[in-house]
Amino acid sequence: MKLTYSILATSMIALSAGAVSAADMTVVSWGGAYSASQQKAYHEPYMAANPDVNIINDESSPEAVAKLRAMNEAGNITWDLVDVEAADAIRLCDEGLAMEIDHDAVLAAAPDGTSASDDFGDMIVSECFIPQIVFSTTFGYRTDQLAEGTAAPKGACDIFDLETYPGKRGLNKQPIANLEWALLCDGVAYEDVYDALETDEGQARAFAKLDTIKDQTLWWSASAEPIQWLADGEVFMASAYNGRLFSAIVEQEQPIGMAWDWQMFDLDGWVVPAGLPAEREAAVMTYLNFATDTQRLADQAKYISYGPARASSAPLVSTHADLGIEMAPHMPTDPNNTEHTFVNNYEWWADYRDDLDAKFQAWLAQ
Amino acid sequence: MTDTSETGPVLAADGTPLKRSLQRALRAQKIRALALIAPLLLFVLLTFIAPIADMLFRSVENEIVSETLPRTVIALQDYSGEETPGEDVFAALYTDLAIATEFKTHTRLGSRLNYEQTGISSLFRKTGRRVKRFATDAYTDQFVALDAAWENPATWVALMAEQDARSALPETASAYAGWTSIVLDDNDDPATEQPADFVYTALYRELAANPDVGAVLENPLLTTAAAAVPDFETVDIRAQFLDVEEDWADTDVWKTIKAFSPNYTPGYFLAAVDLQQTVDGVQQQPEDQRVYMMLFKRTMFMSLAIMASCVLLGYPIAFLLANLSLRTSNLLMILVLLPFWTSLLVRTSAWKVLLQQQGVINDILVWIGLVDDANRLIMMNNQFGTIVAMTHILLPFMILPLYSVMKTIPVTYVRAAKSLGATNWTAFWRVYFPQSVPGIGAGCILVFILAIGYYITPELVGGTTGTFISNRIAYHISSSLNWGLAAALGTILLAVVLLLYWVYDKIVGIDNVSLG
Repeated sequence: MKLTYSILATSMIALSAGAVSAADMTVVSWGGAYSASQQKAYHEPYMAANPDVNIINDESSPEAVAKLRAMNEAGNITWDLVDVEAADAIRLCDEGLAMEIDHDAVLAAAPDGTSASDDFGDMIVSECFIPQIVFSTTFGYRTDQLAEGTAAPKGACDIFDLETYPGKRGLNKQPIANLEWALLCDGVAYEDVYDALETDEGQARAFAKLDTIKDQTLWWSASAEPIQWLADGEVFMASAYNGRLFSAIVEQEQPIGMAWDWQMFDLDGWVVPAGLPAEREAAVMTYLNFATDTQRLADQAKYISYGPARASSAPLVSTHADLGIEMAPHMPTDPNNTEHTFVNNYEWWADYRDDLDAKFQAWLAQ
Repeated sequence: MTDTSETGPVLAADGTPLKRSLQRALRAQKIRALALIAPLLLFVLLTFIAPIADMLFRSVENEIVSETLPRTVIALQDYSGEETPGEDVFAALYTDLAIATEFKTHTRLGSRLNYEQTGISSLFRKTGRRVKRFATDAYTDQFVALDAAWENPATWVALMAEQDARSALPETASAYAGWTSIVLDDNDDPATEQPADFVYTALYRELAANPDVGAVLENPLLTTAAAAVPDFETVDIRAQFLDVEEDWADTDVWKTIKAFSPNYTPGYFLAAVDLQQTVDGVQQQPEDQRVYMMLFKRTMFMSLAIMASCVLLGYPIAFLLANLSLRTSNLLMILVLLPFWTSLLVRTSAWKVLLQQQGVINDILVWIGLVDDANRLIMMNNQFGTIVAMTHILLPFMILPLYSVMKTIPVTYVRAAKSLGATNWTAFWRVYFPQSVPGIGAGCILVFILAIGYYITPELVGGTTGTFISNRIAYHISSSLNWGLAAALGTILLAVVLLLYWVYDKIVGIDNVSLG
């Protein structure tokens, strides 16, 4: 509401003055709690410090890739900054739809002087990508549906264990992550997973493993679905984004437990659309320098349980802004949650996605 | 038909032939009618037909290959596909990629060709990163060492300004033109910049192949260079590519590039019907990748099922509405229209609440003891869920045309039939029903065409077995960015609908369709 008012107010002033006084900057993100955390951690302090900038929130990130391509073809870029997942950033970069960034020139160094590119390290998976948070796809289960005397599920491999944990499962309706988990839990070593997935035998093995739970699995395509299923008791266990599970467990107090083992790390961050006019580009770069500095990334973790992408931000992560609980144990990067973690191989998926997606869809339909 | 009688053409009052006068009057009428609908026609053309046509055109468009790799496409013309191409093709690819990398179009091409063969995307991406650092700078150094004039941008400007030089050194001229476009794109002046390595490489290759060029052109600089070129240290461009990625030796990569080099391709349409284009002709996709034919069949089958259940459920309701007193029927009509006015998403979500395993219907069935708690019915995330939810959502589209047609059927006909001795059933079946067929036709066409393109309801309640072809189209538009395939799927869907419409017209007759 506050935002609406401020937009209304500024546009009224602009109208009455007959000229736009504040420069608008359209920032596209995922909406919901996530956009709210960005609003509080980045936008509000930035607008307070720069009264001449007016940030407009757009919640189109789920369709960002297609819309950016359409804008590019129409030659009319209306967005200034877009929040996307790493895989999409790579694709946008490949398509020439996102701008290549010189990370050290644009972004602030860490307080101890470490350059931005070293501070972000491996998180910079594409020349166009400015990492923001680390999130993970992990597992939630219904604590009240657990048979007495059974140990709580630990993670990904328990989803394949129908004997110990009977009941419906929820998995993401795409090959990414599911195929890796299938191979890992079938005994393939972590470092061999992608080599195996390149071969027909490896793929067949992954699908065969998924076959064992196919008739017990519901497939989600929107990230709110698995949480809804868990809350309704439709499924016993489901893969979901850790931030959404956190909010269901801690903020809404649902009887859901977390199973972190073999959580799949993923990255989310900014891309700047290619072809922005110089003036707007400069404004975005100034904003980025502020919004991705060490303190700002740590601040975002007060509002949502996603880990900051900068190494230097991790020690600064504190407590939840409303609930006052320590956020660190709920972060995917917390040592207690990272006995086994899986890092998505974006390069590999950029090549194999089309192929495996066709196979996965054909498999689903069989 | 003839406009002449034995006495000559029939004339109008003013003496002109009647035919012409009539034509003139009709033409004026037509123009006036056209002028009246012109604003709407233009609006529809610009905002509806043109974008759809543009989108559908993408299903065959394939200019990206010949635009990004123009020299390679020409060099590959006689490629047989039996072995890795020779140095000429690699040299052409080197020039093309060096230019494409500057414009960052090589990655886009990589994604395009990756649709056809897995792995090409990273092949282009990796090579693009390395192409600037190929060892071909050795040629530049050797030309410059031979004569410092080669370093001077003015030498090149002068050389490339000559028509004769350009036609004698076509590859060099084309590489130089490509380089110029890069420089101009950076807002720099080609007259003040030294050309890139790939221009020198092209010159070296042409001088080595054709040492007489310098003498023919009477250019001393070229003559000296041509004489020195045989002693130059050579760089194996093919080896440079293979050094980046061994896949460049894979004939499949080259076959794919060659197969998709024409400006228009049937490739997307073939993919949309589970076929694939190869150098050896059209082949079926591997069995584990065939999705689309099955999805088309499923979409057709389920749309027909939804249409049939709409007729079965809608007909009695429409009959009731048409035969009740106005007061009651108005009230009932509001009940029909109320869901019609409710958001589609809300109605679909409501069905989710009702149908899911822990949902209202299952809860009630368990509570009254009809169903065991451990074996709750699965009514969602399958075809059943999609058919139920979509039947409910599309029902008004069946009831309304049926109602408006039934309203016009005079009650006296049925009464007359009965008074002549017909039973209730005979009166209905022989007299009433045939008159309501136009309404059924209209309702069926409406429901079927709406159903076949439905997206959001199957996505939410369809699970894996209850989704439609439109869900795959949406996926290719927004996630995979394979707009060509999405366009091909969309075109086929459109063609199928038009075909069915035509079949319907042949069987039932489109004149027999009435909305009231």
